[in-house]
Amino acid sequence: MMPDLATHLLEIIQNSIAAGARNVCIRVLESIVSNTIVMEVEDDGRGMSEETVRSVTDPFTTSRTTRKVGLGTSFLKGLTDACDGSLSIESELGKGTTVTAKVRRDHIDLPGMGDFGEMIMICIQGAEECDIRFEYGVDENRFLFDTAEVKEMLEGVSIAEPEILIWIRGYINEGIERVKEIGL
Amino acid sequence: MKSLEDLKKMREAALNKVQMREGGKDYRVVVGMATCGIAAGARPVLNRLVEETAANDYNCVVTQTGCIGMCIYEPIVEVFGKEGEHTTYIHVDPDKAARILEEHIKNGHVIEEYTVDAAVNGGK
Repeated sequence: MMPDLATHLLEIIQNSIAAGARNVCIRVLESIVSNTIVMEVEDDGRGMSEETVRSVTDPFTTSRTTRKVGLGTSFLKGLTDACDGSLSIESELGKGTTVTAKVRRDHIDLPGMGDFGEMIMICIQGAEECDIRFEYGVDENRFLFDTAEVKEMLEGVSIAEPEILIWIRGYINEGIERVKEIGL
Repeated sequence: MKSLEDLKKMREAALNKVQMREGGKDYRVVVGMATCGIAAGARPVLNRLVEETAANDYNCVVTQTGCIGMCIYEPIVEVFGKEGEHTTYIHVDPDKAARILEEHIKNGHVIEEYTVDAAVNGGK
């Protein structure tokens, strides 16, 4: 199993990138009021057929050729099953895929949040050309991050320069902390 | 507190560096970031590689790859040189990663004991 929620999401986003997505939208929405955490990854990749969607949480389903197992989505299903939650996968060939996982926020088996700044940094580093939007919220408070905005500010300098990546990691984690503090 | 305005300054600094460098970097450092790599601890390794490269301006780009079928040796870091030479480092942790940059990228010496060849020939 994955050590934290950020690593779970990293696996799902890597699937989006492998599916050729140009835009990936990640939402992590905590609600103290309804005692839930909703995590969603929406992409405009090549999508999956209905049949593939049905079998995608099976660990022996994978599109890869180097080995015969695919664990990212099965792990996420394991997490939602264990934490009073639900997993929904909507996909259309040629349009994209949306994976939504919902869990009970105070469930004893829920792993920690992990490092979302690092997770986004790794995604950007692995897929510079892909635009990644990240939204984090606690009830009505929000933090938004968009690589398109960053790329505009950088005017041609690569977003994958190591100094920039480290800055992004810090910027996101600061933003998350701020939202959490307001929420208290 | 960080703001998007910081990026303007960082952009200037990055442009100056690119001009000084002239032509691309000599090495490509590739980390296996599939499920097997991540489960074995590739995330902190990648993190350290990015941090050390930023701090020391090493002559390399750090990139990622998927599963290359040697899951038992993960975390794996591969170093590709300009002439196509290629070294595979296995069971890498953050400290080993920092040493690989220092010894291999900066000083040009392969650290034999960390390589897959050493593990295979050593009968491990």
